[in-house]
Amino acid sequence: MRNIVKIAARNLWRYKRRTLLTSLLITLGVVSVLLFVSVSGSFRNMMVGQITDSMIGHIQIHKKGYLSSMDSLPLDRNLSEKQVKKIRKLLADNSDIKAFSSRIRLGAMFSNFSETTNIRLAAVNPEMEMKTVPLLAARILKGKKDGLIGRGEVLIPELIAKGMKVKIGDSIVLVANNKDGSVNGQTFTVRGVLEGISGPGGRDGVMHIQDARELLRIDSKEVSEVAIRLKDMDRLQMVYDGLKQKLGSIKNKKGKPIFEIHTWEKLSPFYNIARMIDLLTLFIKVMLVAIVLVSIMNVMIMAVYERINEIGTIAAIGTKPGKIMALFVTEGLLLGILGTVFGVALSLGGIAWMNASGLSFNFGRQKGLLLAPTIGATEIIIVAGIVVAIAVLGSLQPAIKAARMDPIKALRHI
Amino acid sequence: MTLVESRNITKVYQAGEVSVKAIKEVSFTIDEASFVAFVGPSGSGKSTLLNMIGCLDPPTSGTLRVAEQDISDMGRSRAADFRGKNIGFVFQDFNLIPVLSVFENVEYPLIMVQDWASDKRRKRVSELLEAVGVADQTDKYPRQISGGQKQRVAIARALVTNAPLVLADEPTANLDRKTAERIIDLMKKMRDEFGTTFIFSTHDPRVVKNAEIIFTLEDGRLIRQHTGEGGNHA
Repeated sequence: MRNIVKIAARNLWRYKRRTLLTSLLITLGVVSVLLFVSVSGSFRNMMVGQITDSMIGHIQIHKKGYLSSMDSLPLDRNLSEKQVKKIRKLLADNSDIKAFSSRIRLGAMFSNFSETTNIRLAAVNPEMEMKTVPLLAARILKGKKDGLIGRGEVLIPELIAKGMKVKIGDSIVLVANNKDGSVNGQTFTVRGVLEGISGPGGRDGVMHIQDARELLRIDSKEVSEVAIRLKDMDRLQMVYDGLKQKLGSIKNKKGKPIFEIHTWEKLSPFYNIARMIDLLTLFIKVMLVAIVLVSIMNVMIMAVYERINEIGTIAAIGTKPGKIMALFVTEGLLLGILGTVFGVALSLGGIAWMNASGLSFNFGRQKGLLLAPTIGATEIIIVAGIVVAIAVLGSLQPAIKAARMDPIKALRHI
Repeated sequence: MTLVESRNITKVYQAGEVSVKAIKEVSFTIDEASFVAFVGPSGSGKSTLLNMIGCLDPPTSGTLRVAEQDISDMGRSRAADFRGKNIGFVFQDFNLIPVLSVFENVEYPLIMVQDWASDKRRKRVSELLEAVGVADQTDKYPRQISGGQKQRVAIARALVTNAPLVLADEPTANLDRKTAERIIDLMKKMRDEFGTTFIFSTHDPRVVKNAEIIFTLEDGRLIRQHTGEGGNHA
């Protein structure tokens, strides 16, 4: 085998320019894929992180039917105190769960005493919420970040703060419809202004859950949803499946499930963008396969055509067809390896450069997001594996042709 | 002892709907350690016959035995195996592998065709290069040596596996007179030294002159077998 590799390498070196150009093409393909995967992956992970860690959490549990009527923030579809207890017990026993937070979602009228507008609010327990969505405090553009929210305080979205000309420390009035149809109003102090982000709840204000219960005149500890944060995001599907099975087994008197559970993917429209990124990555990989296949096949067909006489000679002196085939397949393999090694090296250099130069980008209303592209060893191994496998595949047809060549015809070829 | 035995071999090529009989019921025997030439005009069937003896092309009919084996009907892989063990080839255009050095060209059959141990292989190649007179060219590549030297390397490559038979198709056609004579002398010396049978197809009267047995072909038929100046038996 060592000798086959040696001869194959020398044959490649015989046509230096062609070998280098083909390797360069493969290198460019590998660099394109790895850089795209690292940048898009970084963007994807950053956005998913923003969405899950500052707003949604990884998983949410609601009462059955809540999600389909979420736009109207229905209080009559809240989880009862008893149901919340069941959920809490289930989550507390699960070692994959890092934290969870109960929320009441409500709509209210927001008044600065001269103007009134609508506001959507998430009422939270600040300690539990900080553990479940640790980046929420980072979205506070103005005002105190420590402790997130206190009693009698409200965090208002940036758009309302600007539109209603409300400043930190100002008093405002929230008027909300209660479950029984009555109306209640309370005065709150603006503690801070929240940066808006894309997705459901991205432009909601935040208040303390006890204040919400008072405003809505809720006596029990009912909530609209329970948001969950996992220890390891990679285990999302597994944890979701396990919880879904357990929650699904809890039924009402009619034998129907009480709860519904969703991952962030179902809750955030960004999931579709993430899917698009995954599809684009797949498309780029298919392009790489095409580049490698066409370039290797082209080079190897040329190599066989140019060396017909030589193939006849080695066949005549007794080289078995299998070894002739191995010789040409090895040439393709070496070309693939050469292109891949250069490609991976250049890509790693490129990624390091991007990290060092601190590239930033804007996404929607979020400005100056710092791009930190990374690439995992698994992704490199997959891309390298694809290239090398396609290089071998691309050289198979010419190699088989060489191995099947009639030595007499080959020796006569000029 | 007989090395090559042909009985009524015929070779028919199909060119579209036309059948061309290149060899017509040819019978002959060649003994071990012979120095034999096949002569005849172009198209007489010399190369076809050599290809058949070399197990590169099977006869359409008849029996052909080489080194005590019937080679009339062998598969590609078995034929390659047989050639690797029993037959060396010397070509008109030398056909050395350009990416391999002189040493590596001679070593090639011992690596890719047979599987000799490294030490034994190196010793054998060095012996052969010494014997053919190119021991001082071992590290050079085919493009760096003369035509005569290339043919010497080709002869060494043909002999390196201890094959009992070397087939040479017009081995002196691309060499000047002086070099051609030296190559013929070398082949004869190798025959004497290693007991290898050399069979040529040739137009070259210098080669014919040195042959011990001369087979004359015409229009695919063997029309004459006689002793050349190089031998003393018919």
